[in-house]
Amino acid sequence: MVHAAAILLYISPKNIIFRQMKLYLKFDINAVCRKVLQEQLESLNLNYSILGFGEVEINNDPNSETIKALYQQLNEYGVSVVESHKSVLVQKIKDAIVEMVYSDEKLSNAKTSAYLADKIGQSYGYISNLFSDVTYTSIANFIILQKVERAKQLILTNELTITEIAWKLNYSSVAHFSNQFKSATGLTPSAFQRIIDKRKNAHLNKRA
Amino acid sequence: MQNEIIRVMLADDDEDDRLFFTEAFQEIKIKTTVTTLNNGIELMNYLNKEDAVLPHVLFLDLNMPGKTGLDCLREIKSIDRLKNIAIAIYSTSASDEDIEDTFVEGANVYIKKPHEFSTLKNVLSDVITLNWQYHTSGLNRDNFLLSI
Repeated sequence: MVHAAAILLYISPKNIIFRQMKLYLKFDINAVCRKVLQEQLESLNLNYSILGFGEVEINNDPNSETIKALYQQLNEYGVSVVESHKSVLVQKIKDAIVEMVYSDEKLSNAKTSAYLADKIGQSYGYISNLFSDVTYTSIANFIILQKVERAKQLILTNELTITEIAWKLNYSSVAHFSNQFKSATGLTPSAFQRIIDKRKNAHLNKRA
Repeated sequence: MQNEIIRVMLADDDEDDRLFFTEAFQEIKIKTTVTTLNNGIELMNYLNKEDAVLPHVLFLDLNMPGKTGLDCLREIKSIDRLKNIAIAIYSTSASDEDIEDTFVEGANVYIKKPHEFSTLKNVLSDVITLNWQYHTSGLNRDNFLLSI
């Protein structure tokens, strides 16, 4: 919003002869950006709220085409969406892995890549490169990490034996499970269990 | 979150160890800022300031004069403002029992100081990468234990 008072008019004598006028403008950048956002979001019939400078929430779950159009329209004003396509995809991959690790259906390891490619709708080569670029780790390592984290949770519930946990998490043998746990944490499953138990007891003793 | 810089801190009374540590981080892929302190007393004086910028990961040498790494660990875990900092114990040698004890006291990582610089770099990279996964993937920090 440019207030009248903010417009400094400077008319040079020379310019008067040519009937030209030079305007010196002062911008309220915040208001300009807000207006641009409002116009663009409204043009796509989006139900939105502007949360602050550089943050918009869209309330009616828009389809991907609308989002694409929005990105394009905003781009014309030099506005780009920071949350990149890449990080959205990486989050989707992470979610798919977590879902896979926590589902009770058994997946053979060979099918993991096909499962993820299918779930994400991109080739496995593409998503695995992208994943490594963004997260500093590989999909394979992330799956191991998630499996080990789930194993830790199962160990701590004390409901299943190590053998049962290995079977539930789809390891071919208890030895394979213990080895993977050990190489990921440096600890055996039973040492892990012992440490967490001792921690809890130490905590209880402090309170008592 | 991709551009976030991980704040790393080390308290170690050995000057060479501090130097190798800082150099190793310069060669690691994840972006970090490294601050080093010369002993446990200096560390706790720093952390106890209300407006101190806290590290994401704190590496503690066990054998330091005045206040040992274990003293610092216990103190940190008893202060609400500090207790969520990931703690990596950084020591020359230890028995399995010592390692377990520091975990019970609340350490997340136990590192046996490697002799080779290249190994040190790999170990520190592994620690910081795993910490990053806990940081960005909503994993339960209570279960973050790594002996390396």
